[in-house]
Amino acid sequence: MPATFIQPEFKVDIDRDKCIKCGRCVQQCGWGVYSFSERPIPDDSKCRACHRCVTYCPVHCITIKKNELVFRENDNWSPALRKAVWRQSETGGVMLTSMGNDKPYQRIFDSLVLDACQVTNPSIDPLREPMELKTFIGRKPDSVEVESDDKGGYRLKPGAGMTNNIGLATPIMFGGMSYGSVSLNVHKSLAMAASRLGITMNTGEGGLHADLYPYTDNVIVQCASGRFGINPDYLNRGVGIEIKVGQGAKPGIGGHLPGEKINKEVSTTRMIPQGTDAISPAPHHDIYSIEDLRQLIYALKEASGYKPVGVKIAAVHNVAAIASGIVRAGADYVYLDGFKGGTGAAPQIIRDHIGIPIEIAIAVVDQRLRDEGIRNQASIIAAGSIRSSADMAKAIALGADAVAIGSAALIALGCHMCQSCHTGCCSWGLTTQKPELTRRLDPEWGAERLTNLVHAWSHELQEILGALGVNAVESLRGSRERLRAVGLDAQTCEILGVKPAGL
Amino acid sequence: MMTTTKGPVEGYQQVAPTVTRDGDVATIDAHGVYYRQLNEAIRAAFADGVKTVRLKGVNGQRYIGNAISGSDLRIEIEGVPGGDMAMFMNGPTVMTSGNAQDGVANTMNAGTVHIHGDAGDVLGYGMRGGRVFVKGDVGYRVGIHMKAFENLVPVICCGGNARAFFGEYMAGGLLVLLGRNVQFADQPLVGPFCGSGMHGGTIFLRGEVEAHEVGKECGIFIADEDDMKVLRPVVEEWCAAFGDDAEEILATPFTKLVPVSHRPYGKLYAPM
Amino acid sequence: MTAYDYHANGSLFEPARYTQESPFKIHGGCGLMGICDESGTRFSGSVAIEAIAVQRDRGNGLGGGFAGYGIYPEFPDHFAFHMMYHDAKAKDEAEAVLERFFQVDLAEPMPTRPVKGITDAPLLWRYFLQPQPVKLADLEMTPEDYVVHVVMLVNSTVDGAFVASSGKNMGAFKGVGYPEEIGHYFQLEEYEGHTWVGHNRFPTNTPGWWGGAHPFTLLDWSIVHNGEISSYGINSRYLETFGYKCTLGTDTEVAAYLFDLLLRRHKLPLELACKALAPPLWEQIERMPEEERKLMTSLRAVYGPAMLNGPFAIVLGFNGGMVALNDRIKLRPLIAARKGDILTVASEESAIRQIMPDPDALWAPKAGEPVIARIRGMEWPIHGDLHLPPSEISCAVTGVLDSCEPAEVA
Repeated sequence: MPATFIQPEFKVDIDRDKCIKCGRCVQQCGWGVYSFSERPIPDDSKCRACHRCVTYCPVHCITIKKNELVFRENDNWSPALRKAVWRQSETGGVMLTSMGNDKPYQRIFDSLVLDACQVTNPSIDPLREPMELKTFIGRKPDSVEVESDDKGGYRLKPGAGMTNNIGLATPIMFGGMSYGSVSLNVHKSLAMAASRLGITMNTGEGGLHADLYPYTDNVIVQCASGRFGINPDYLNRGVGIEIKVGQGAKPGIGGHLPGEKINKEVSTTRMIPQGTDAISPAPHHDIYSIEDLRQLIYALKEASGYKPVGVKIAAVHNVAAIASGIVRAGADYVYLDGFKGGTGAAPQIIRDHIGIPIEIAIAVVDQRLRDEGIRNQASIIAAGSIRSSADMAKAIALGADAVAIGSAALIALGCHMCQSCHTGCCSWGLTTQKPELTRRLDPEWGAERLTNLVHAWSHELQEILGALGVNAVESLRGSRERLRAVGLDAQTCEILGVKPAGL
Repeated sequence: MMTTTKGPVEGYQQVAPTVTRDGDVATIDAHGVYYRQLNEAIRAAFADGVKTVRLKGVNGQRYIGNAISGSDLRIEIEGVPGGDMAMFMNGPTVMTSGNAQDGVANTMNAGTVHIHGDAGDVLGYGMRGGRVFVKGDVGYRVGIHMKAFENLVPVICCGGNARAFFGEYMAGGLLVLLGRNVQFADQPLVGPFCGSGMHGGTIFLRGEVEAHEVGKECGIFIADEDDMKVLRPVVEEWCAAFGDDAEEILATPFTKLVPVSHRPYGKLYAPM
Repeated sequence: MTAYDYHANGSLFEPARYTQESPFKIHGGCGLMGICDESGTRFSGSVAIEAIAVQRDRGNGLGGGFAGYGIYPEFPDHFAFHMMYHDAKAKDEAEAVLERFFQVDLAEPMPTRPVKGITDAPLLWRYFLQPQPVKLADLEMTPEDYVVHVVMLVNSTVDGAFVASSGKNMGAFKGVGYPEEIGHYFQLEEYEGHTWVGHNRFPTNTPGWWGGAHPFTLLDWSIVHNGEISSYGINSRYLETFGYKCTLGTDTEVAAYLFDLLLRRHKLPLELACKALAPPLWEQIERMPEEERKLMTSLRAVYGPAMLNGPFAIVLGFNGGMVALNDRIKLRPLIAARKGDILTVASEESAIRQIMPDPDALWAPKAGEPVIARIRGMEWPIHGDLHLPPSEISCAVTGVLDSCEPAEVA
């Protein structure tokens, strides 16, 4: 029997007339698609359509085509399902994949539209007039208590006022991606960009490499169930601590770092044997109930001089009640990761079938916290496939204080969404630890790309705010009145708190 | 704590405790003091040059020793400390007069803990360094995901029995169970799923275990001479702390559990 | 009852409803305690309050409660109903139901005292009731089934009314606030009981629903529960086939009804009921001796839908004693101690030491193994007459040998 029934998904097409046989494609491909014998010879079965060779071919003679292999049509047994059964029969394994859910679920953001001012209310010109995006993440007091300053004015009463908040120049943060799942150069790019932009990046669960120490004013350190890299020094760096309970791509299970990606440096930072698979335990073993979460939150506060502590959860059915519990347990922000969120590695079955959309999660969490009168006690950060500034604006209108981006940041750095991060062979040098690949990302270049992206989205947000007739993002935040739904059923509209267009 | 019709009972009061200083020793009266004020007082004492803090009347206060750095510092606890004692601790020595609750040495980095009694569940979760010695029994999920690197090697030595999931997902370090001071003689030395997911480190059990009691990632061996050389200093230190006979303990056979693969989940996944 | 109930402003939540805490299962984490004097000596409720007060951080001030046994020695044979009413209308309607089914020998407001922080309490009343003999005979039910029937009726049909407890010579005192505040509010130091359970709740829902606090009761069973029952979905559907209505959206409800079903109606011995709720793993059953293996296999197969999956520590109180039980891999803390005749359990050792500084024995119970206190001289209600013919025991577990010694009835 042949080794596999699975035929290649892609066909590498080289225009032989143009090909100058420079061998660049052989060198650039991370998966060893090309061998060379007088000319490049591609092995289609290894191609991931990452376009590295296409981009770097000096004469642009390569293109990647779909293998137009026809399957007998069957609406129930799609080719993907048939291939999955073949793969599992071959290996007996759990299918592992990367990045976010790629299945055809409804995209709720794409059914929401924003308002604009016409006649009855003026829009504001964002190019020439101030348009404020500054955002504070953390707990806000119920009121501002002042006293006389003996000079005829006022000052804050001692202990009153806002403390322990993380200031962001724009409501965008870089979401957590662990060192191990991404390369050190990616972390450096994110840290440098965050520092220049006045926002934050997140270490993810792999610890904080020493090269990032100069940027810790813009870093949030993460405490995940594997407790990798966590010592008092770590907890005292950075502007905040995030307890990772779950993520959208794999709700209910822990992080996966395949052994291929655990080189010496990763092994050092995580303090686990080289080449092992680092599978973070699914629960934190000291959090089996909400009161245990409070115990961990305050343990981290005690250890860090009461820095802001946030909790990251996947959006699941009961997310509103869970978020309420998290806020009441003392968290300063709740990070909601929708079911389309990306990952460096996850079982495909979990990624594609578990969790709920981020749009719904933001809406129900924001409403629940308001119903309970505790909305000011924590900020809401939304993530899980924020693909554009429009998604960001809609997320903010639904109630998020800020959004976090992961996949979008990687795409800025060169990712082409080939969904092969788990192999550790990323040709773009992003989700790999192989030195010959990681050196392909220059952190200075990367920082500039990320800075450009966030600047662009921020300007677009300003344009949107201007059209909405407001000049500060606080006036859009939670203002569902500025959204309308097109083509959503009535019940979803009610859950989102958004009227259908026309009403 | 007295019940009063003047107002509801208060388990703890948020007041600064009384601190008496005598040279480099400070005695803190912890009776009924809320953990936040108690820990502030402990940190303040150390910042002020104190080397030993004695806590009197502790009952359930959390986070004692949390994230404190300094290998020349000492905390002596009279009473039962609350959850997460010595969590993230980085150097000091902590002694209890009796039992401790759950979460002792959670993610501890360095230092020494002596518990003159039993300890609860989830002891040493994610521990990365330092040593914990328990005189008696411990509960469930002790030593989960301990990890080690170069000279940072965590050690836990328990004098009694342990319950299920002892050493679960161990990645490094040393976990020792002596079965010496047990509360219930009819219980097994260690509960089921011992070493489940183990991929680094070593577990020593004083006695025998059956294959079905340990994780499938563990290889079961009888400790040999070289192993006993590793074990000796740990047992001696435990005996010195609690007054017991090291030679007698070391004369009995020990079982050694080590991972048979450092990649137990290598075949679990099929990359797409 | 509709699955969703929308506010005019589009929100799903209606905080003022008293028959339904929320459309969804609401969970909270918690702290708990239980204390039982096996000699039957009664003592003040202040002891329970002190043990819970030390565990304040396990809750968030949105729920606290206690149940005491032996507290109404003047009415030993009456069913003592503790009622909560949203308003006078609910009270009138509920009282009409009670009067239809019971002889009301005493009705009075619950004695309380004002406590800062406890605002918007519901109307709190208590009633001492006996089933009306004619009606009882007509319906051909046992008095207990009769009471359960009326409790379900009130809870599901009288909007704004809730039965906090319905047992004999016992009562539940609970509400929204820290338990030490609730204890002070209900003047619990004035009551004397031989068994007390107490609870500090950390709910994840809007405050305002006093009925959501623990203990949860049915007849004289009271349950305090720490943890979350992830199998709630199937547990509640299983119970509904036996006529229990799970209306309260809290997962603890199913634990109370399951104990009632297994112990009172199916008459399982206590140890086996605990094994049905927290069963041994199949790999452990494989290694048991043959008779035990067959029994456990049947028990698990029949009561699969009753298994309480998820972390839990539960204390079950009743007239006659107290039982504490952990889930089968002990994901929630529980410590027990004994001094003389007194058995105490709590989520933290410090709670026990607060009231029992020098116990004779102190230990951590094993996963899935109950800690049992039995009061001498009281009937052990856990299983009925074991000589009933198999056709009258509605489960497949027949021919089970009783492994408890019979209680000595004075």
